[in-house]
Formats: sequence, C-alpha cells, structure tokens
Amino acid sequence: MSHLRPEYRQRAEELVALYPHPRSATLPLCHLAQEQDGFLTEPAMDEIAELTGTTPAEVRGTATFYDMFHLEPVGTFVVGVCTNIACMLAGGLELLEHAQRSLGVPVGGTTSDGLFTLEELECLGDCSVAPCVQVNHRFVHTTSAPALDALVAELRETGPNGDIPAHGTLSRVRRAVGLAAPREAVAEERTRVRIATPSEGTAG
Amino acid sequence: MAKLDAPQIITSRVGFDDGFTLDRYVATGGYESLRKALSMTPAAVAEEVDAASLLGRGGAGFPAGRKWSMLRKDPVTYLVVNGDESEPATFKDHLLLERDPHQLIEGIVISAWALQVSQAFVFIRGEFALAIERVEAAVNEAYAHGALGRDIFGSGFSLDLVVHPGAGAYICGEETSLLEALEGKRGFPRIKPPFFPAAVGLYGQPTVVNNVETLSNVPWIVANGGRAFAALGQGRSTGTRLFALSGRVNRPGVYEIEMVHNTFRDLIYDPALGGGTVDGVAVKAFIPGGVSAPWFGPELLDLPLGQDEVAEKGSMLGSGSIVVFGEQDCAVRAAWRITRFFQRESCGQCTPCREGSGWLERILRRLEFGGGRHEDVDLLLDVCDNIAPGLTWPPQQTTICVLGPSIPSSIHSAISMFKDEFYAHVEHGGCPRG
Repeated sequence: MSHLRPEYRQRAEELVALYPHPRSATLPLCHLAQEQDGFLTEPAMDEIAELTGTTPAEVRGTATFYDMFHLEPVGTFVVGVCTNIACMLAGGLELLEHAQRSLGVPVGGTTSDGLFTLEELECLGDCSVAPCVQVNHRFVHTTSAPALDALVAELRETGPNGDIPAHGTLSRVRRAVGLAAPREAVAEERTRVRIATPSEGTAG
Repeated sequence: MAKLDAPQIITSRVGFDDGFTLDRYVATGGYESLRKALSMTPAAVAEEVDAASLLGRGGAGFPAGRKWSMLRKDPVTYLVVNGDESEPATFKDHLLLERDPHQLIEGIVISAWALQVSQAFVFIRGEFALAIERVEAAVNEAYAHGALGRDIFGSGFSLDLVVHPGAGAYICGEETSLLEALEGKRGFPRIKPPFFPAAVGLYGQPTVVNNVETLSNVPWIVANGGRAFAALGQGRSTGTRLFALSGRVNRPGVYEIEMVHNTFRDLIYDPALGGGTVDGVAVKAFIPGGVSAPWFGPELLDLPLGQDEVAEKGSMLGSGSIVVFGEQDCAVRAAWRITRFFQRESCGQCTPCREGSGWLERILRRLEFGGGRHEDVDLLLDVCDNIAPGLTWPPQQTTICVLGPSIPSSIHSAISMFKDEFYAHVEHGGCPRG
C-alpha cells in the first residue's frame, strides 16, 4: 500500500517522469514526502526507493547527507537563525541565544506544544537583512529579538499561513507543462544512452 | 570616485515589484534576444559569448566561452545551471532568481541553442524556497509563451528545463557534487580526472555547468554583441559584475558595477553603493571574494575590482561577496565562525578536510571562549599546512575538491594580520572583547 496519499503519489510520479533517470528525482521526492508528513518517514523512504528504482538504504544514505531533511518529527514551524560571518557581525549569535531563552529549547529542540523547532543555520544568502531568520525556509526579515518574539507569538495564533506554509513545503507552484518530447521518446533515449562510468571518460 | 555609468546589464528589472513576471519581462524587451539568437547559427551565438570574454561568475572565474567549446561531441549532452549559491555572504544569484527568473531562462535557452543541448536543469539551493517557486512559475509561463519546450518560437529547436531543488549542502556548489545530487546521490565531489563535466558529466554524458549570474548576462550579450560587453571593464575582467556587500557598512546589498574601473573603496564608501562604514569605524580588514578567499587589510582598499588584480595580491574575487570588518570586530572570532562553517559542510570524503576542519574549529573555539594555549597559534598553522601544504595562494590541494584547501584562508589571514590578538586571547583566557 502506498504511503504517499493519492495526490502526493500522483505528484511523485510526475516528478519521476521529468528526469531521464528516475533516481534523479530522489531529492524532489524527499521534499515532497516531507511536505506530506512534516518530516521524512521510513515508509516514505521505502516508497521513494520503489519510485526511483533504488533501495531504501540508498534513499536513506542520500537523505541523511542533506541538512533540510529531518528523519525525526519536528515542530510545525522550524525557526532557523543564521550565525555565519555576515550575520555574526550583525548579532546573529546573540539573536540565537535569545531565541533559545524565549522558546525555552536548546538548538535542535522542539517546544513541548510541538509548535516550534529551533535551528542554527549556515549562511542563507540574504546577508543585507542580517541576522537572517527563516521559518520553514521562508525569509521573515526579523532581525531583532523583539521582532522575532512578535513573529513567534503571531504564528502561535495563526498556525501555518499564506506567507509561511507548513514545514516541508518547498514549492507551492506545480509544474503545469509536460516535456517537449513525448514520454515514450524520452524512455527510448534512456535505453539508448549507455551510462558511462567516470573512468571511461577522457580527461579534459 | 566610483564609475557608475555602465549599463545595468542584469539588474535592469530588480526595481520593478513584478520583475519576475512574464508580462513585465516581455514589456521590457524580454525574449527578443532569444528570437535573435534563433535566427543566428549556434556557432555564431557561441562566438558572441566568446568575444564577450564572459568569465564564470560562480567563483572560479573560468571563461564561459571556453567552457562551452570543451563540450565533448555526443548525441546526448546536458546544460546544468548552478544556482546552489551557498558561499557565506554571497547573495547575488538569490536576487537574480527571485527578481528576474525569465532573464535566466532566456539565457539558458540561448545557451542551449548555442550548445545544441535539448535538456537543461537549473539546480537551486533548497533554502531558496521563494526563488524555487518564482523560477518554477516562470518556467510554466515560458512554456506557454513558446520560449521553452517543443519547437521554440517556431524554430524547430526544442528544450526542456527542469527545476531541481537542493536540500541543504554547501558542497553541492562544487559542480561534480552538484551533478551527484542531481543524480539522486549524496553530494560527494567526484574524483578528478576527468576534470571537466564537459567531458564526463551528468549520467556520464558531456555536460556544461554554468552559474546563474553567468547565464543571466547572455541575453544582453546577444542583443548588444560580445564586443559591447568586452568594452566594459578591462583586461580579462569584462562587463559588469554583481558584488554582494555585507558586514559593517551602512548600505549592505547587491550592486552591479563595472569591473576594474571601480575599487573596493568605491564599493564600500560611495553614497550610491555601500555608503561608508557603520558609525564611520575604520575598516580593520575585508574579505574580497567569499569566505574561501584570504583577507585583505585596509591598505588594499584602492585595489580595482578585477579578477587578475585581486589574484595578483594573493586572494580572489571568487563569488563577488565582500565582507567588511570594523576595528571593533574580533579576528579570532571571525576565523572561528568561518572555520566552523567549513567543518560542518565538509562532505567527509578526504581526511585532511574532515579531520583537519574539526581540529581547527576546536582550537579556535578554545582560543575564543577560554582554554587557549600559546602554542595554539603554531598548531593552527601546522594543521593548515597539512591541508594546503605551504599555505600558498592559490592553495596546494590534498583533497578531492577545493573545500579543504579553502579552510586555511581565514585562519592564515587572521594570524598573519592580527597575531597579537591571538596571544591576547591566550593571556585573557578568552576573547578580551567579551
């Protein structure tokens, strides 16, 4: 039985069809599963293996490499504070300390009501608005302790909203267009292309 | 005085609230370059890019035209766009992806035509959720507009473009690591040789990997000619470039300015650019091109913003991100934080990088937060020397990729420039600045 609900299963199959090789869909599918469940579950990884023609161990091996995939449950909102160099100069370490006190959890911890998980993030590439804060990977532009507290209080009231969707939601824009070549032609090309091993290549 | 009369080649639409929409793009001349390119031969388009002498804007500064010419002949080739912008304090591709995605798509389609590639991918770091949504929406619009997909603008040329999200790994900015991630694997950089994906790339097929900013320049180059682009800047550093300015400046941000004819001082102090330092503090040091680059002292503020000019002084323009330290900032703390970043992001394949980054981080941490020893300064340099023998620039390499050899840059710079601060930390039992 499919772990992915019908809507997600259909999106998963559409994603696989975009790539010349199904395994390439691994990261997008992990994001998709995380959108459904809030984190990346074991049955989801089993199903991704089936969809990509790999093994659950390979999916797990890939997923554990990447910071954005959570293999344990996290809060509804994952609050990330950047403390890398530009943000550190703007008080990122102090803002992270404040967030630990005000949420009452250490870095990596989740509040007892299950609403907030706090993370320390590496540079998020928004350094003109430092220190940089993301909630569920949306830039929130709250650079001061009071602004961060106000945002947390607001999110407690509203829950996920139009600006900040539930954790795991990456893109809310779905691809609305098919491939230029019909799928059968893509499949034919797949069988035609021999996957060379790197050692067979010519050094440039 | 800053020279600000160059055209805005890639930031002409960032002032519009709707610069990311097809309507705005077309109303401002968008996709006309693609029509023009499709009326030219692929070789003629490639010649324009070659004539522009467009250097890659991702960090290494490799000429895009030459990279294209290296693409091995094969029935199946790919174009991959590197939008995994993760070098700390670099936030220029972020701007282009969110604010002008059609410009990038047009650049991709023109480049694909020049390369005769029918499948392209744009890899965007996962933390840029809004950018991913904007580019995905723009891809939908471009297909509907006939600028992507089958028989583009009736030319008979077809191209598919897939938006591929990353998932949080700095190392995926390294092009072979990016290709591994695109194949659904851990982002482990590939062993070289083969050195260039143009020979062996995605799925083992010849692949061109270009940066977002690099390809965003292509529509302008096709519209105005490679020579017009090369007329801007000087020497090998042609055109304009995006500089991401952060740290102790009044107006941090991304600025598109002409290369070489402007200096670091112009960028930091011009009222239309950085607007000077916060509270007028003296510049203690600055990073000229991302945290992998060795630092410069204030005596080099008048150095031109050019690739070779910066290289001659022992650093790199790299990803075009400049971080300004004020006199109040602690060199040890800065080196520690940068080192901790590399320690976290080391993929773990190579011992010098995996183990060395951890050792360096722990030594710097005890210096900054208490427990540092006098011999730690020499120990830091010794460990750095084992990662990048000789501590030269550009660094010697003991690892598969350049992440490892980038680690010593900040530490070696901090010790060379501010050695007394390290000893003050030892004597004070931690950072004297608190």
